[in-house]
Amino acid sequence: MTTPSATTMETSATSLPAPSGPVSATGTKATRVIGVLALVGLPILVLLGLVASPEDVEMGDSVRIMYVHVPSAWLAYLAFGVTALCSVFYLWPRTRSLTLDRFAGASAEIGVLFTGLALATGMLWGRPTWGVFWTWDARLTSTALLFLLFLGYLAIRRLAAPPEVRAKRAAIAGLIAFIDVPIVHLSVDWWRSLHQGATVARRDLDAQLDGTMLFTLFFALVVFTLTYVWLLLHRQRQLWLEDQQGDASLERAIAERRAEARPT
Amino acid sequence: MSYAQYVIPAYVLVMGSIAAFAAVLVARGRRLGRDVRHEDKPWT
Repeated sequence: MTTPSATTMETSATSLPAPSGPVSATGTKATRVIGVLALVGLPILVLLGLVASPEDVEMGDSVRIMYVHVPSAWLAYLAFGVTALCSVFYLWPRTRSLTLDRFAGASAEIGVLFTGLALATGMLWGRPTWGVFWTWDARLTSTALLFLLFLGYLAIRRLAAPPEVRAKRAAIAGLIAFIDVPIVHLSVDWWRSLHQGATVARRDLDAQLDGTMLFTLFFALVVFTLTYVWLLLHRQRQLWLEDQQGDASLERAIAERRAEARPT
Repeated sequence: MSYAQYVIPAYVLVMGSIAAFAAVLVARGRRLGRDVRHEDKPWT
């Protein structure tokens, strides 16, 4: 005689699909190519930044922090921009899709990581340049606020709710949080700031950097962007797997409750 | 002075964070993807 618990165990075992073919988790040929390029590029960037590029006349060696600080800040802008764009398309009924929601969430996580890194490297650069790790300057304060806003966005994503409700809430929160991005960027123009103004992305397109320094900075921007794309694709796919696992767990729990309620 | 005190820690922090985030992603992805058929994944 088969007991309900044995039936449940059998149901659980058979509901899991057996893996067939190569189980490569979240990787594809494209992500492998991007990953290899980033993996080769990052050590080259370290060599360029620490050895090949010259020191600055005024700032000395501390200028080398620029090659990790500026790309981190750029990735924060890019990542939160992608989150905002995906949120807009999610809220538009014709393009609504949970894939967009997953891209928005994955991009925000990476954005929070790189905002944190931009803040930390900025503090390490600020100490030898300004004499302090932190000051309540407009650029620094608005960046810290951006970090907190997107931490809140990630917290909203973790609230228990049906996927569509969670996605809609997150999309609205993501758009509200994104308002701070242009404020961060323009803060050095709007308020008197210790932080220097734009050096490369200037309105007159006249980059205030020369030779090896400019090349190293552009190389860093390219390598960091490749790293972002690699992280984004893997994290988005991982979120899909998490959603599938959540659905499977829910189905198993319902099946178990039904089996328990069935008269023996 | 600033090289060892500030520059090296900045590079270690950034590279270490990227490496740690990527390692966690790969490990967690493998664990989650273990029981999912390759052909069921929308990116394959």
